[in-house]
Amino acid sequence: MNRPLTISLKTGVFASVLALAAGGALAETTVTAVMHSDLRVLDPIITTAHITRDHGYMIYDVLLAEDAQFNIQPQMAEVAASDDGLTYTFTLREGLKFHDGAPVTGEDVVASLQRWGKRDTGGQMIMDVTESIEAPDEKTIVWKLKEPFGPFLATVGKQSGVPPFIMPKRIAETPADQAIQEHIGSGPFKFVPEEFQPGVGVTYTKNEDYVPRSEPASGYAGGKVVNVDKVQWVTMSDSQTAVNALQSGDIDLIESMPVDLIPLLEGDDTVVVEKRAEYGFQTMGRMNFKYPPFDNPQIRKAALMAMSQEPVLAALTGSPEYYKVCGAIFGCGTPFENTTGTETLVAKGDPAGAKKLLEEAGYDGTPVVLMQPTDGPTLKAQPVVAAQQLRDAGFTVDMQPMDWQTLVTRRASMDPPAQGGWNMFFTNWQISEIASPINNVMLNGRGDQAWFGWPDDPEMEKLRQEFIDAKTPEEQKAVTDKIQAHAIGVVNYVPLGEYNFPQARRAVLTDMAPTAVPVFWGLKKTEE
Amino acid sequence: MLTYILKRILSVIPVLFLVSVFVFLMLRLTPGDPAAILAGDNATPETLERIRDAMGLNEPLLTQYVKWIGGILHGDFGTSLISSVPVLDLVSQRVGPSISLAVLTIIIAICVAIPMGVIAAWKHRTWVDYLVMSFSVLGFSVPVFLVGYVLLLIFSVKLGWLPPQGFKPLSAGIAPFMERAILPALTLASIYIALIARMTRAAMLDVLNEDYIRTARAKGVGDRRLLFVHALKNAAVPIATIVGAGFALLISGVVVTETIFNIPGIGRLTVDAVLARDYPVIQALILLTATLYVAVNLLIDLSYSLFDPRIRY
Repeated sequence: MNRPLTISLKTGVFASVLALAAGGALAETTVTAVMHSDLRVLDPIITTAHITRDHGYMIYDVLLAEDAQFNIQPQMAEVAASDDGLTYTFTLREGLKFHDGAPVTGEDVVASLQRWGKRDTGGQMIMDVTESIEAPDEKTIVWKLKEPFGPFLATVGKQSGVPPFIMPKRIAETPADQAIQEHIGSGPFKFVPEEFQPGVGVTYTKNEDYVPRSEPASGYAGGKVVNVDKVQWVTMSDSQTAVNALQSGDIDLIESMPVDLIPLLEGDDTVVVEKRAEYGFQTMGRMNFKYPPFDNPQIRKAALMAMSQEPVLAALTGSPEYYKVCGAIFGCGTPFENTTGTETLVAKGDPAGAKKLLEEAGYDGTPVVLMQPTDGPTLKAQPVVAAQQLRDAGFTVDMQPMDWQTLVTRRASMDPPAQGGWNMFFTNWQISEIASPINNVMLNGRGDQAWFGWPDDPEMEKLRQEFIDAKTPEEQKAVTDKIQAHAIGVVNYVPLGEYNFPQARRAVLTDMAPTAVPVFWGLKKTEE
Repeated sequence: MLTYILKRILSVIPVLFLVSVFVFLMLRLTPGDPAAILAGDNATPETLERIRDAMGLNEPLLTQYVKWIGGILHGDFGTSLISSVPVLDLVSQRVGPSISLAVLTIIIAICVAIPMGVIAAWKHRTWVDYLVMSFSVLGFSVPVFLVGYVLLLIFSVKLGWLPPQGFKPLSAGIAPFMERAILPALTLASIYIALIARMTRAAMLDVLNEDYIRTARAKGVGDRRLLFVHALKNAAVPIATIVGAGFALLISGVVVTETIFNIPGIGRLTVDAVLARDYPVIQALILLTATLYVAVNLLIDLSYSLFDPRIRY
């Protein structure tokens, strides 16, 4: 008679022990990361800063997202296109809620898309052909175009530079040139305003109300399942300090690891150094089309012939393991990869040919004002190496050192180089930011309305329109092949190859997605 | 005394006014554009212009200055152009770590340097003196970042006794605070120990040659009392000056140590703000630093009368 009671008592005690053990296992899990830069701007629409976009992926969600194979997949919404390609109907999935508890509605989406369309280059292009964006009911958004826009889904679903993050209507109504003051999304993490200290750190907590999609995570698409309670991004401006902190267990992840410090972590089994994503960055040089000597296409061509990627990349990264020569302006390994016209660039350059071309072009020794930022670890090597390559080919180079902020101000100056203007500067782009003619801002050929350097290139504009009109991936590829040939022919810019700094993580941090944007869903942290 | 203090406080107003004009103009004349920082790398010239407008940077300089000063008179130091956080919040978050680190550093420096200087003067031209002076030269010569890295290497990386980075406020408890603050404080103290020990030694040597010291010695005053009561008190004026100036310097200018040990202090905030051309933050920090220097100088001047009753205000 007593036996069942004994069993049930034992079971009860066992269950309590299990519960206690589970309680221990459920202790708060915090992932502490040192990102590539500190977070200061919190509005992911007003800026194209990568760290702010990364912050966007933490707290906001997107309508469509790119999977690991660059295909666009539904995320917050399913989408259906009309046969004529003029109407796209989005239907929001169930269970979407903002962090303040309000449901995500069609009106929120419309306001968010309209604000995004004022800031993002691709968004602006779609808005130019948009007839209306309306929300006929709580769950539906109807986007009508005046004319078809081939890369519509790819642009709305892109992961960089400014993805269309969805915010509550009252926040999205902030003018696009003013930063938002409230940071509420419907994404997998919540922003903790009281723990945000610019230059020090930011904290995100798991959004318990988030309903992930049922598909497995792939790229930025699929189920965003969060396995940790809290993520902290801490700022450490000294890389050595970050390495010390990683080894001591103070932090779990260094997103971008300087290659010269990797030997410090060799032999440490508690730490893993690895390339997280297949695609890294493209480094490039841009010339000013307005003033001599680079207003002359032949001289621009001579500059391209003078350059060689390998020495630039070697100086930039310090190890061949973390760079690759690549002449494709849309990046290597991407759907639009094409390397036409860059044979000398990916080899040893052609200084003799460049010298000959300079003579033919009548180069008169006008100095090339080359801006050299001295304070950015990923930006200071390129000008030094490129300047020497240009000198070797017969250019007169006036390399002017300055901090990056001076450079970004000066590059906006349309004055002649001798009066505060410039001839050439270098910068880097994440591959996704240059992988299509819509995203790649350098290809804008609208003269004074174009990106710094201001090429006035009607042919390029015609080709970009052809890309927009292309209906199939094959047609698009045919156009991008022509764009590559034209861009290198007129030397729109000089692609100087690709690099990809590794990340360093503690071995207890696992299952991190191999995405270019470091995302914190999916990853797990086990007890040490 | 009270009149003197009031006069000194009133004299701060023109100083701060001049500092405000100078800083405002210098920043506007320096190349750099906060709109470019906010907008990111692929913003077009048009976008930058619109953001500049929204930030009020296209208004005439006089209008911008009057708006800024008007705000300060109402207790509003403005908002960071980059992070949109009120400047006062940003500064108040950073003052705590800087002050506590400065206080700890000065305490360590005083406790070590003054006895060192006194003993060096007392044992003038003996091996003790030479040892102290050698240490002092070393303290001056070795860069602070090197001291910091060596301490980190020994106590954090090799021995694992102390965490390598970060800051915990005193409110979190003395042990957590000391655990993270001791290495940066020792790093910073190395240079101040050298400075204060030298100053103490020089001042003590002057005083020890005075007649009243010989008289006191003749009257049988013991060495300890002679050195630390009779001599040190009279040598205190230059020492107090150097300690005070050092304290002000510690709060505003310890960027390297803050960076190595990842301490969220005023120094790093200043450098970050300068690099981002965050005008309201830089302006507020420079005004704060100027006020701090004036206040510390006033306190140093007032302290003279404590050490030397002949000094009266």
